[in-house]
Amino acid sequence: MGKKKRDDVGVNASSMADIAFLLLIFFLVTTRIASEKGVYRDLAPKPEGEVPPVELNKRNVYKVIINSSNELLIEGDEGKISQIKKDVKAHVNNYGVDPELSVSPKDAIISIKTDRGTDYTTYLTVLDEILQGYNELRAEYLTKELGEKITVEDFLEISRQDTQVNKDRYKLAKDKYPLNVSDAEPTGSGGAK
Amino acid sequence: MPFKKKPKPNPEIPTSALPDIIFMLLFFFMVSTVMRENTLKVNVLLPQANQVQKMEKANLVANIYIGKPKEPDQFGTAPRIQVNDVFITLDQIQQFAVESMANVPEVDKNRFRVAIKGDVGLDMGIVIDVREELRETEALKIYYAASKGEAE
Repeated sequence: MGKKKRDDVGVNASSMADIAFLLLIFFLVTTRIASEKGVYRDLAPKPEGEVPPVELNKRNVYKVIINSSNELLIEGDEGKISQIKKDVKAHVNNYGVDPELSVSPKDAIISIKTDRGTDYTTYLTVLDEILQGYNELRAEYLTKELGEKITVEDFLEISRQDTQVNKDRYKLAKDKYPLNVSDAEPTGSGGAK
Repeated sequence: MPFKKKPKPNPEIPTSALPDIIFMLLFFFMVSTVMRENTLKVNVLLPQANQVQKMEKANLVANIYIGKPKEPDQFGTAPRIQVNDVFITLDQIQQFAVESMANVPEVDKNRFRVAIKGDVGLDMGIVIDVREELRETEALKIYYAASKGEAE
């Protein structure tokens, strides 16, 4: 009887690619590349006890009021969202020139007052416009100060403050244009919708 | 002199390296995958904003989801607040914020942020309520989650 012919000892690997493909597709489908973003806000702590209202110079405050039908009242007049950015920049960067606007960027205050029935999206859009105004001012200031082109996008990167350089730059911009945006106590109870 | 026929080259593409390539892709996706940690019980479609910043590392953020429940028959249609896997009421927010903050290592305490992930359809009322609750705690740094885009 002859010796049995040896079988091929290699493992059949041709289906390996198929298996890997299956796994690949599974991970492709379940992957959610971390890309969460948001509008940063620092809240003011609740005051303890009764605090007498601070007397503010009226000219330093830029007031935006949004009612429950999402209509804007800006500095006492009907306004549009599109004007906010320009207004904020003019208001903050006034240096006492226009008697209606702020004395200096450090004194400038932006106040947003909403109604409980205001749409969240509208509020966020207004906040976003205000931040845009501030960030443009800050970016322009940094460009002038550092002698290199800083765009608003660059500034957003800087404000993450993840490196020492960015920390210093952010502080420079923040000291020049501190962000004073306050959320005033809301009005109303939602209104009929 | 008879022409010597050139040996025909093998017309097949060598596929023996294919599994390796696929495996490399596979590992890439395995590493970059972030599994969704908690199932959402509320519908949250994030609004758009322009001045958005990338969020901090996931372990430095406490998420608060606000939106209409996915199962209106069971939970009604009024907006609800969800953290982790459960619905909570307004007065539990403070406790949640304090507990989340306690889980953050001491060195990163000042980078801790609360993410308010609110649906586009919300009214300010519930957002204000949550915000006022957070003001009572030390978790004062927040962000309103939004996707990058031109706000209308």
